[in-house]
Amino acid sequence: MDLPVWQALYEELAPRSFTVITVAMDAGGAPDVHQWIEAAKPTHPSLIDTRHVVAELYDWVNVPSNAWIDEEGRIVRPNDPGFAGEYFRGMMDPDFDFKAMMKEYGRMRDRYLDAVRDWVAHGPGSRWALTPEQVRARMAGPNPDHARAAAHFRLGTFLRDQGRSEAAQEAFAEAKRLRPESWNFKRQAWHLEEPGKSGGPEFWAEVKALGDRPYYPRWEL
Amino acid sequence: MRPMPTTVLFEDAVASVAAEAQDEDLWLAPSELERLGWALEPEGLCRGPLCVPIPPARRAEFVRADGAVNLAALARHRGQAVVHDAERGVWVCGPAGEVRDAARRSLAAPDFTLPDLDGRLHSLSEHRGRKVLLNSWASW
Repeated sequence: MDLPVWQALYEELAPRSFTVITVAMDAGGAPDVHQWIEAAKPTHPSLIDTRHVVAELYDWVNVPSNAWIDEEGRIVRPNDPGFAGEYFRGMMDPDFDFKAMMKEYGRMRDRYLDAVRDWVAHGPGSRWALTPEQVRARMAGPNPDHARAAAHFRLGTFLRDQGRSEAAQEAFAEAKRLRPESWNFKRQAWHLEEPGKSGGPEFWAEVKALGDRPYYPRWEL
Repeated sequence: MRPMPTTVLFEDAVASVAAEAQDEDLWLAPSELERLGWALEPEGLCRGPLCVPIPPARRAEFVRADGAVNLAALARHRGQAVVHDAERGVWVCGPAGEVRDAARRSLAAPDFTLPDLDGRLHSLSEHRGRKVLLNSWASW
């Protein structure tokens, strides 16, 4: 898990007018996330988003997704997967090289954290702070299907909170149909159906079905 | 048709109302509409100081002769996504279109308020004056 990495970065950079806010996209709420948060002991805001409100507002379809926001509250990077990468995809293969995966994870993590440090030091002068045009180019325009998908997802979380699991899954199915690229919708719905299913055979089959397409948005850092 | 118990999730509000659902329309008597903070005024459909004018030629879509208001039509007119579960009587009207479009235009980071593990609420806007790295993760 990445929470301890964010906590360490926060401790390092907090004196320089910087904070980390982590948000858990978890409809199950505290019971599903408390163990991770308690282990990381965050002193920065570590929030729980049972309705995936932040994903809707920032138009994110996967975890992790990160945004950089400057002192005036303006977005300077809208949707980085951070140091998540495609390196996990072969994990179910019998000859998968876990050591190589951890090496690649470490390389991407160090590179990403250095980029954050550079931004904190240089602000808009940092090569990693995007121009407004570059930020807009990375943000999708308004899309009625995506708005409907989010509304169906909201309906699903509400029905689920009322104990109507089957009706909730019907609503999630609509959300997934309207926004098939959302791994958040898919994996959250699987998890609510049956804990563990979000990382089970159905998940790996869908990852495999991607073929040459990326799992994470492939933005240049 | 008789009004039926209906749950409406309108933006961030949740209200139990009596409403008549007809296909994609949801009709509420003025007293029920008020539970969501809306009222029919001469200026249009209003929530506090904010009024949405009703296009005169399309008035019948929004207001019925008995004074009932079509909440779903109002929401769609404001660019909100409207979906429902007819069987369970639950309607969702998502964020207004202008909210969704504003971020890309102004690049202002959309604000939100969420609880931490102890239930304490935090807003992004409390951190104005600092750089923020906003990260999403999940347990699943």
